[in-house]
Amino acid sequence: MIPRPRPERFRLRRTMMFMNAQKPGLIKDAYIYGCDSIMLDLEDAVAENQKDAARFSLYHALKTIDYGDTEVIVRINGLDTPHWQEDIRVCVAGGADGIRIAKCESAKDVHTVEEAVLAAEREFGVEEGRTLLMAALESPKGILNAYEICSASERMFGVAISGGDFRKCMQTTPQPDGIDMLAARGQMLLAARAAGIQCFDTVFTDLDDQAGFEAEVLQNKTMGFDGKSLINPKQIRFVHQVFAPTEKELIQAEKIVRVVRENAAKGLGVFTVDGKMIDIAFLPGAERTLRLGKACGMYKGDLV
Amino acid sequence: MKNAVGREIPDALLTDGREVYQGKQYMDGKYIQKASPRTRRCEKPVDSKVVASLVDALKQCGAKDGMTFSFHHHLRDGDYVVNQVMAAAIEELGLCDLTIAATSLGSAHDPIADYIEQGKVIGIQTSGIRGRMGEVVSAGKLKTPAIIRSHGGRPRAIEAGEVHIDIAFVAAPTSDCMGNCRGIGGKSNCGSLGYAMMDAKYADHVVVVTDCLVDFPNMPASVEAIDVDAVVVVDSIGNPKKIASAAARISQNPRDLMMAENVAKVIASTPYFKDGFSFQTGVGGPSLAANLFLEQYMDERNIKMGWAIGGICGPLVELLKKGKVGKVMDVQDFDLDGVNSINQTPGHYEMSASQYANPANKGAFVNSLDFVVLAALEIDTGFNVNVLTGSDGVLRGAPGGHPDTAAGSKCCIIVTPLTRGRMATVCEHVVTVTTPGDCVDVLVTDYGIAVNPLRPDLIACLDEAGIPHVSIESLKEKAYALVGRPDDLEWEDQVVAILEARDGTILDVVRKIKPVTL
Amino acid sequence: MEILKPAMAGTLESSDAQVTVEPGTQGIQLTLSSSVMNQYGRQIRATILETLERLEVKNANVTVVDKGALDCTLKARVECAVFRSADCSQQNIPWGGVIV
Repeated sequence: MIPRPRPERFRLRRTMMFMNAQKPGLIKDAYIYGCDSIMLDLEDAVAENQKDAARFSLYHALKTIDYGDTEVIVRINGLDTPHWQEDIRVCVAGGADGIRIAKCESAKDVHTVEEAVLAAEREFGVEEGRTLLMAALESPKGILNAYEICSASERMFGVAISGGDFRKCMQTTPQPDGIDMLAARGQMLLAARAAGIQCFDTVFTDLDDQAGFEAEVLQNKTMGFDGKSLINPKQIRFVHQVFAPTEKELIQAEKIVRVVRENAAKGLGVFTVDGKMIDIAFLPGAERTLRLGKACGMYKGDLV
Repeated sequence: MKNAVGREIPDALLTDGREVYQGKQYMDGKYIQKASPRTRRCEKPVDSKVVASLVDALKQCGAKDGMTFSFHHHLRDGDYVVNQVMAAAIEELGLCDLTIAATSLGSAHDPIADYIEQGKVIGIQTSGIRGRMGEVVSAGKLKTPAIIRSHGGRPRAIEAGEVHIDIAFVAAPTSDCMGNCRGIGGKSNCGSLGYAMMDAKYADHVVVVTDCLVDFPNMPASVEAIDVDAVVVVDSIGNPKKIASAAARISQNPRDLMMAENVAKVIASTPYFKDGFSFQTGVGGPSLAANLFLEQYMDERNIKMGWAIGGICGPLVELLKKGKVGKVMDVQDFDLDGVNSINQTPGHYEMSASQYANPANKGAFVNSLDFVVLAALEIDTGFNVNVLTGSDGVLRGAPGGHPDTAAGSKCCIIVTPLTRGRMATVCEHVVTVTTPGDCVDVLVTDYGIAVNPLRPDLIACLDEAGIPHVSIESLKEKAYALVGRPDDLEWEDQVVAILEARDGTILDVVRKIKPVTL
Repeated sequence: MEILKPAMAGTLESSDAQVTVEPGTQGIQLTLSSSVMNQYGRQIRATILETLERLEVKNANVTVVDKGALDCTLKARVECAVFRSADCSQQNIPWGGVIV
């Protein structure tokens, strides 16, 4: 058995790759492609009559396979199905890092899952609070309730939109400029930032349309997303490339971190870096840039 | 006696000056006496060499028991000719004790397994052996051990007289009535006939089998009428659908692409990657995909490939047409793009198997090769590669040009996933050594890259370029951690196949496998 | 556990195994075929028998068609088939109990 360290609530999550938990050939080593998180799917990818088999596979995969630094999240079945409670039991018993709540519409949904997770942690002797949560918003109601969902629990690390179901509700289809989901993405980002958690965009399903995929990723980055859900490993590289900081951003961030820390020690609050006014509020962003740079192999320093 | 790759070779096989493998280039500088065929003089002018049937051609060439017939494999899995000829010889003429010397054999030749079981075919010499034939030979049913040679080892053995071909059969997509053959045109178009050329020159008799007779003279001819005894026209020499695939597509498998990208990275990190470099790649998923990534590096550095060799397919033709490779030397075509390009696209030429890979001539193309990218069924911690036997010990593969290109090239890269299903590709000891580890330089897997410690220069290149690499032992351990350590195969004493190194020494033997009992 | 009715789990895809359990009376009767029999047959057999023993299955006819599954997959398929045969594969699985 492979012991996994306690999951980190805020870590780098540029890429989350979906994997059918029922396919042994897929889940055995999905981490080799270098995505930040893998999302083992008990929901849509698994046929209704194989939900039980998928849980047995998932349990042994979690217990046996060394996923290394890759975060392991499980997408459980919706709260309107007979499956979600057992899904939670197996996730907690197997030691998954986090659970993705499908079709989340309210803070109550988060609380329902949280209670079941806590019960499972107690049942299986897992450290209470260890299992993280994220919510997938798939309906207009979920989007409208985004802030209460994002701030519903200390376990919540992020929120993601699920485009397929959402677009159906909205009677629209994917558009090249993203206008179909612009309001929803914006609302969700606002909620996530207000609640202080991460925010992830939906999958891009047309694997033949690389240009469309790249345009969407670039838009995700400029809108302020933390990362994106993926369906194929070949999508990873581009996302990591786009989400990597530039050389200039890294130099700037390094200066800010250094200067803020030095001045904080001297008791100074506001000062200038390269002619720009800087204060303590710049520190978290600069540190984030350095951590990102480190993950991308671009920053080799020791400030983070 | 133990050879240089640690394999125990039975002394009984070391007769007639036969030696065990001593390491690469052991035969360098030695002399050989070339064999010569005994051929019939055809002074009297004839209007045509076309005969009515294969039986007539066999009779005309004096076919009798105990003879060796040669074949080539340009029609690949679509080939009908081997089966047609052997049926005519065995079922119609009642011949027995025959040996088949083919450049390769595949599952298209399953019916030959029956002749082996009946004892009518007693010898097989080939590069590849698969399907039912592989199973019956592995089961010890062939009277003499099969001899497995590389594509370069075969022309060497023919020149040295170790293989004497009584009748060579040329499967020709087009021929004229005198026997000038081309691989182009007709309904079974296969492009290059490179593997048939040596056979035609060294066989006592040559029979052309075609399904498309064209006007005399069929030029430029790959096999020339001056070497041909008879021409037989049959309904069909092969199934075009299986001869050449529509187009060899670059794999979309993310694992293949990831490995291919790393292959290109390794290539670009070496000093050989400069304007005019030479290259060969297999058509397996990750090997072929390496072309794609290599092109990006070529554009980035603004350099072009000087020449490429091997089995040829679309992606390489594409590079040629774009002017990114100077010349393409073609011994066999794998897809319609290759078939349609040879001798049509400027710079795309046919070459013979000897020109391609023969270690005993005065400079085969492989000897000037900078890079080769190859696949493997297994590779062990000594970098020895197996491309012949499955993990169950059964013959189901082909050395092909693998050992030749590995030995000749400056940088031989093996690309393979660490495991396939439950099989560890990187292992402690390969089942059969088909390419010795002293010819293999870099291993690229989905779990990491390893460089042969014999190549500290390449290790330095990778370090310089910041390409992470690990020891091959650690890759093996990772593989075993994933799939479990395999039980050793259990063998009987009987040798069912001899694996000849390209220089003619014995690299390994394959024995009869013991069925597993639980 | 008692094998109450025939049940199956798994597929014939590469890296998977298809496990069928049926009621039996003469201990464990295992029929195993595998694409990697020569090198892993013994280990596969041992994994299947250990799993059945852990589940306290005493009598059953078990058929396994292995396509190169890893041990963790073999265990999952055997367990699922056994729990299905007892109609209790959907909830309250003893994760970390007999399922380890």
